[in-house]
Amino acid sequence: MLEISAELVGAIVAHARADHPDEACGVVAGPAGSDLPNRFIPMVNAARSPTFYEFDSMDLFRLYREMDDRDEEPVVIYHSHTATEAYPSRTDISYASEPNAHYVVISTRETGALDGPYEFRSFRIREGVVAEEEVRVLAR
Amino acid sequence: MSIEVRIPTILRTYTKEAKAVEGRGSTLDALIADLETRYPGLRDRLVEESALRRFVNVYLNDEDVRFLDGLSTAVKDGDVVTVLPAVAGGAPSDVRGDFDRALDHASNRAA
Repeated sequence: MLEISAELVGAIVAHARADHPDEACGVVAGPAGSDLPNRFIPMVNAARSPTFYEFDSMDLFRLYREMDDRDEEPVVIYHSHTATEAYPSRTDISYASEPNAHYVVISTRETGALDGPYEFRSFRIREGVVAEEEVRVLAR
Repeated sequence: MSIEVRIPTILRTYTKEAKAVEGRGSTLDALIADLETRYPGLRDRLVEESALRRFVNVYLNDEDVRFLDGLSTAVKDGDVVTVLPAVAGGAPSDVRGDFDRALDHASNRAA
């Protein structure tokens, strides 16, 4: 199960809308071992594509160095799908490399950059196996 | 002295859960070959057909080795090499796109 504040969900969805029709991507870091997402870190999609995302390699390096310095880990790794459902694709599964992260997929296919319905789902992806999990949104 | 190599979570199964290991070599290629002698299977996660895998990032100190000399990059005692799998993915295309085709043509080995 992913427990995440409404404020963080809002920030992630706003990022997805802002980047639509390109895929948005980012991380929510939290204290190592805590499984608590608390620091929102939107990333630049170096691919700038409506069907692919990738963190720039130096952005990635600085992100991990910073998390290491702060004793944090990537609790949530999120990205958006802009024309398809909020479910991990074959490439999402192939490249998922953080076994302890919650992989959040958002879809902006219904309303794009505007307010309105969106999909926000969370998954564990380990050794090529996807398991959807409940998202519990905490009021705050 | 030797070269410190920082290992990401997903590759620690090869290093008995060590977050960092030590190796020797004058180039990145030689260093990886040295690590392979102690941590079999690690090299194949980093290298494919004599080049670094596309979705694995390797850094020499603070630089991505893609901007240096790739596998031929010179390394020396005291250097720190960091490995970070790419954070990437994508939606399936309505018409099969470049990445779907690339995945079909390449052997399906995840980074």
